[in-house]
Amino acid sequence: MEGLTLSDAEQKYYSDLFSYCDIESTKKVAANGRVLELFRAAQLPNDVVLQIMELCGATRLGYFGRSQFYIALKLVAVAQSGFPLRVESINTVKDLPLPRFVASKNEQESRHAASYSSDSENQGSYSGVIPPPPGRGQVKKGSVSHDTVQPRTSADQQEPASPVVSPQQSPPTSPHTWRKHSRHPSGGNSERPLAGPGPFWSPFGEAQSGSSAGDAVWSGHSPPPPQETWVSFADTPPTSTLLTMHPASVQDQTTVRTVASATTANEIRRQSSSYDDPWKITDEQRQYYVNQFKTIQPDLNGFIPGSAAKEFFTKSKLPILELSHIWELSDFDKDGALTLDEFCAAFHLVVARKNGYDLPEKLPESLMPKLIDLEDSADVGDQPGEVGYSGSPAEAPPSKSPSMPSLNQTWPELNQSSEQWETFSERSSSSQTLTQFDSNIAPADPDTAIVHPVPIRMTPSKIHMQEMELKRTGSDHTNPTSPLLVKPSDLSEESKINSSVKFASGNTVADGYSSSDSFTSDPEQIGNNVTHQRSHSGTSPDNTAPPPPPPRPQPSHSRSSSLDMNRTFAVTTGQQQAGVVAHPPAVPPRPQPSQAPGPVVHRPVDADGLITHTSTSPQQIPEQPNFADFSQFEVFAASNVNEEQDDEAEKHPDILPVEKASDSASSLRVAKTDSKIEEKTAASVPANVSKGTTPLAPPPKPVRRRLKSEDELRPEVDEHTQKTGVLAAVLASQPSIPRSVGKDKKAIQASIRRNKETNTVLARLNSELQQQLKDVLEERISLEVQLEQLRPFSHL
Amino acid sequence: MVHTSLDVVDEKISAMGKALVDQRELYLGLLYPTEDYKVYGYVTNSKVKFVMVVDSSNTALRDNEIRSMFRKLHNSYTDVMCNPFYNPGDRIQSRAFDSMVTSMMIQVC
Repeated sequence: MEGLTLSDAEQKYYSDLFSYCDIESTKKVAANGRVLELFRAAQLPNDVVLQIMELCGATRLGYFGRSQFYIALKLVAVAQSGFPLRVESINTVKDLPLPRFVASKNEQESRHAASYSSDSENQGSYSGVIPPPPGRGQVKKGSVSHDTVQPRTSADQQEPASPVVSPQQSPPTSPHTWRKHSRHPSGGNSERPLAGPGPFWSPFGEAQSGSSAGDAVWSGHSPPPPQETWVSFADTPPTSTLLTMHPASVQDQTTVRTVASATTANEIRRQSSSYDDPWKITDEQRQYYVNQFKTIQPDLNGFIPGSAAKEFFTKSKLPILELSHIWELSDFDKDGALTLDEFCAAFHLVVARKNGYDLPEKLPESLMPKLIDLEDSADVGDQPGEVGYSGSPAEAPPSKSPSMPSLNQTWPELNQSSEQWETFSERSSSSQTLTQFDSNIAPADPDTAIVHPVPIRMTPSKIHMQEMELKRTGSDHTNPTSPLLVKPSDLSEESKINSSVKFASGNTVADGYSSSDSFTSDPEQIGNNVTHQRSHSGTSPDNTAPPPPPPRPQPSHSRSSSLDMNRTFAVTTGQQQAGVVAHPPAVPPRPQPSQAPGPVVHRPVDADGLITHTSTSPQQIPEQPNFADFSQFEVFAASNVNEEQDDEAEKHPDILPVEKASDSASSLRVAKTDSKIEEKTAASVPANVSKGTTPLAPPPKPVRRRLKSEDELRPEVDEHTQKTGVLAAVLASQPSIPRSVGKDKKAIQASIRRNKETNTVLARLNSELQQQLKDVLEERISLEVQLEQLRPFSHL
Repeated sequence: MVHTSLDVVDEKISAMGKALVDQRELYLGLLYPTEDYKVYGYVTNSKVKFVMVVDSSNTALRDNEIRSMFRKLHNSYTDVMCNPFYNPGDRIQSRAFDSMVTSMMIQVC
């Protein structure tokens, strides 16, 4: 080689570096691995490093003698200064700054360099790191002392460990740990006298040795260099630079060894760069990954199919199990294909694993897909880029989970959950079948049952319900609230549809129960169920025979007048649905006793229970109104024909359902207590039906009785009182019509008129109550939404 | 015991003449109540069968719970299958899958 003249500083620096590389303390030859690592840390392009090595004669000699090493260092400085690499430049370039190396080892060197060349940055970083644990840090970064040899060796150990440790420790401290380990020189990677971060280190050490052993290509040189660089990775900026250097050095190593395949080199590079604060991807690494991605899939926005990815990663010679795990972690959307982000994450994990880092159980935030935004900032710098990465996950989840935008932000799991949500939507259809619960189930899960009804009911509030349901999965407390919401909605719906009210309630309740079942086991599914149920109930009372009671009794509404009422109420109900939750005042028209009969009869058992419950609850709530209703019924019954009775029944249901909504909202459990009432209701209902033209006397009586018992159950009767007062007035105004089956036509017509008047009054009352209910429900929903947002989620 | 339940599953499958399009049909229900256990079967569209054996003393397990458990199992299984490194027929070693199954079992116990 040409003669090399070094300045004093250079001489000192180079000798330090040489001793650093001279792990075998031969004083003659610098270990290839270390040298390569060092060169990687120099942040030079691989070809430049190759050229340097060639120029200095190492290639020819096969090793780095002192002179070769010095020449190489000089050339590194030349290259870093931007001068062309020439043999002559060694001596011709004047005032050449000391070569700078970015890497753990390089940190030391860079420290030196810093000290020599006022690389304040490195120094600063190091000084911060070093001072602290003097004990550990046998190597004081701040100090100029070169614990090169030891740190280097330990770096090897550290590297494997550092990646592990860095996640665990704060970056600043990691270097110290490195130092410590470096202090424990181990002849090879396998030795790792890890103290402190010991636990992490040892696994790494083992992993390192394992990985290094496993990889023939790397075993020779890569472990040390990568380790060292990794150690430096713990440090923030310097580390990252080191990491970037590693890829270069690794490549060089590969080339020098002539082992390899580009894959190997890439892998080496990957290794070194995989752990950055613990899992950050440096720009260079990312660029590398992107290039690799392009070789498989030219379209950066496209996917890499699973088979292609499998082949690619199999080349890394990792065990299939680990590759499988890496895939699990990186395939975020579980679609069997890798997007660019997913691919980068997978690649990064492979590199990390190759370097001896254990795979995490959960995908690190910085590796979350949806780092697409970061690509733009990749040029900004590692740190910013990485920060961006970590930031993107938060953004990504929302994008990934459209169903739960607000919920996904913080959680990678959210994405999954969103996926699950999506899955639920798929499954909801199947889960609908679950709606056919036994009524027994409902009582068991009052909360869930409550929850479900609400969502189902309200079409406008479906979104709310879904949100609520989502929240519900996260927190159970929401259930109580949502159930209430659910219930009222159910009730409101019921009230809306006179004849179908009962069905609606029955349906919703049934759905709710069914969903409650699924809810307990799978809340999300329930949501879907509910959703579907809602759609069912929302669609039309007539449809959805499945779970809920038989088709809306509209057919059963033989009464013409009832139809009108139904329409009237339906409109109001629709409005209220949004706000129907616990509509205290509005007691859905219980009365349905006359109406209920039809639907009740048709309904299946559960629906029956539910319906009766709902019917009774409304009745319960507005005990007073009920009474009024009942009296009305009586009056009507006396003079009514079937239709009239139906009208009354409809009116009452309208009122009662509203009340019922509130009732149900207050406590679904009431269902149980209401069971007996339901029985009565059912009894009364059939009675009503049978009566047909007969006066409502029988029905009202049972209803009244039920109401009384239900009064206990009804907590909210405040508003009802007002309404009931009105009703009572209305009813009172009606002459008590004895229930006489065979009244003459005149009386019947009179009663018909009265009934119609009552109907209108009740309709008005109903609309008012429903409006109130809607308002309250809306408030409730907003509060629940807020509550949900504040609560942490607990998935599945 | 599981083998006998597999035989029962095969019976039921062969008994169904039509294609299993509805996931509900995939759930075969209580296959064979023995003294100590209840066995539930579930077959996927790709003829992958899930057999769940439950201790009869666990009476709290409702039918719908079993269904939901099978659903979750099915979903986790599809997630595992998505992994190109997973060869069908191998022992499933997915941690996510295992954790899901464990949590599910803990939930019922």
